[in-house]
Amino acid sequence: MAKVVVLGAGISGHTAALYLKKLLTKNDEVVVVSPNSNFQWIPSNIWVGVGLMKPDDVKFPLAPVYKRQKISYLQAKAIEINPEGNVDIAKPFVRIEYVSESEKGKLENITYDYLVNATGPLLNFDATPGLGPNHFTNSVCTYDHAEKSWQNLKLALEKMQNGEHQTFLIGTGHPMATCQGAAFEYALNIAFEIDKRKLNHLADIVWISNEYELGDFGMGGAYINRGGYVTPTKVFTESVLAEYGIRWIKRAGVFKVEKGKAYYELLDGSKHEQTFDFSMLIPGFAGAKIKAFNNLGEDITSTVFAPNNMMKVDADYSAKPYESWKASDWPEIYQNPTYHNLYAAGIAFAPPHPMSKPMESPNGTKIFPTPPRTGMPSGVIGKVVAQNIAHRIKTGKNEHPHKASMAKQAAACIVSAGYGFTKGQAATMTVSPIVPDWEKYPEYGRDINATVGVIGLAGHWMKLFMHYMFIYKAKAKFGWSLIPE
Amino acid sequence: MATIHERLQNKPYSEYAYATRPSKITLFWRRCLIKQFYMFFKLNFKIMMMVVKGHS
Ligand SMILES: Cc1cc2nc3c(=O)[nH]c(=O)nc-3n(C[C@H](O)[C@H](O)[C@H](O)COP(=O)(O)OP(=O)(O)OC[C@H]3O[C@@H](n4cnc5c(N)ncnc54)[C@H](O)[C@@H]3O)c2cc1C
Repeated sequence: MAKVVVLGAGISGHTAALYLKKLLTKNDEVVVVSPNSNFQWIPSNIWVGVGLMKPDDVKFPLAPVYKRQKISYLQAKAIEINPEGNVDIAKPFVRIEYVSESEKGKLENITYDYLVNATGPLLNFDATPGLGPNHFTNSVCTYDHAEKSWQNLKLALEKMQNGEHQTFLIGTGHPMATCQGAAFEYALNIAFEIDKRKLNHLADIVWISNEYELGDFGMGGAYINRGGYVTPTKVFTESVLAEYGIRWIKRAGVFKVEKGKAYYELLDGSKHEQTFDFSMLIPGFAGAKIKAFNNLGEDITSTVFAPNNMMKVDADYSAKPYESWKASDWPEIYQNPTYHNLYAAGIAFAPPHPMSKPMESPNGTKIFPTPPRTGMPSGVIGKVVAQNIAHRIKTGKNEHPHKASMAKQAAACIVSAGYGFTKGQAATMTVSPIVPDWEKYPEYGRDINATVGVIGLAGHWMKLFMHYMFIYKAKAKFGWSLIPE
Repeated sequence: MATIHERLQNKPYSEYAYATRPSKITLFWRRCLIKQFYMFFKLNFKIMMMVVKGHS
């Protein structure tokens, strides 16, 4: 009998837990530890942020699903990993702190045979003074942030209805933030809502981004085969922004926010300010604050985790110049190199290096996006980690027949820009592979035939279809495992 | 998106003035139900195949 503990019940951890339960025997135990008692389909938070969906439309309680699946669920957060056990506990264990009302603050040590860290991103608002929903900007990274964002957006729209001019500042809130796609989608949805209300003449929508060129999206941009030309995503992205009447500031690292004002440094070293009435800026991401200790109680956090708190896995972390980066630097099985029963899935794993070329201003400020980890690879990695752990438990061998490198996987990003069966539209972008592989694809870094960039109603229908399909899958309803991640 | 669109276009030598814009026929195809139904199935199939092929 084996015990697998999964930390986090987001897209990656929840997928891993469901597959582990499906693949293991009745005698094996799957335990999920996650502070949020709900599963949330994060991509639809954009629609919560413009009032088209309610938080209840994008989330559901995890406990009934886990009860039905016979998965143990603990509403708690992991605070320590002890991969060697300690003087009192011989087995590896994870120390958790309960967060539910009834047990708040209670600490417990949970032993494990295998541990999956799928704790996602820590939304690091603190890295930019004044950033975030507790200060002067909004966020759509969680459903409650998105709901608050909608309340503030509604106020701005009401002011416009009363003839007041409003400036909207949307984009990245840290010089090295990622997740441009989500912010971009939110900017387009705001533009759509303003246009729907015929208030364009009173709006100034500004896109601010740390990308060297628009369309970089933290993956060094891409090329798309469209209209008889192979076109960089820069052209595609600028075209969409111009069409929606959004002006842009690029190569900008936001370093401070005050009420109604964002301060940013450009890559040329100059410093500027942008005023706003409403702002949504994505924070920098870090890993969850989890420490690691060996059996003597010594702090081994830097052995298990990278400096940004994301977990080290089977990647090549040696410091190399941009020109020497290779597709093979990226992990395939997401196993910790020191502790082989430790895995990291989804955003929780430390990437070997960025995908976008590192850029620094004359003041030494690094201004470029860190790598994006979208939902599709996060789900696939969760599944592959579960399959490999199940294989190890069944065979007793440290073998990994299942692999999912981001340098082999594709990603699809559907950026909705409007809502409704005939009124909605979305930009659908696919890249394959996510991490450019210049050895395999010397011309464009990726398979140009698999890379798509199209705009239309179909993308919007797909986004809606995926919303219902993935929530159905996450509820582990009949046939869930037939739905791809 | 007429009003802001025009305002941005009217700024000569600004970056937005150089951005490509969809033509009327492009806008038509984006909303044409027949083409979009076809695209819906085509894109879904393409993405599903990408997910399946991307891992072993
Ligand atoms: C607004 C927005 C829109 C997006 N849109 C898209 C899109 O259209 N398409 C797409 O592919 N991707 C999209 N993404 C990205 C996608 O949401 C992420 O890639 C995905 O959620 C990552 O999954 P994850 O499981 O790694 O992390 P998460 O989904 O964030 O899950 C992390 C889990 O860990 C838990 N946790 C945190 N700390 C601890 C701890 N200490 N102990 C235990 N558990 C912990 C959390 O409660 C949560 O359950 C979007 C992201 C945002 C913010």
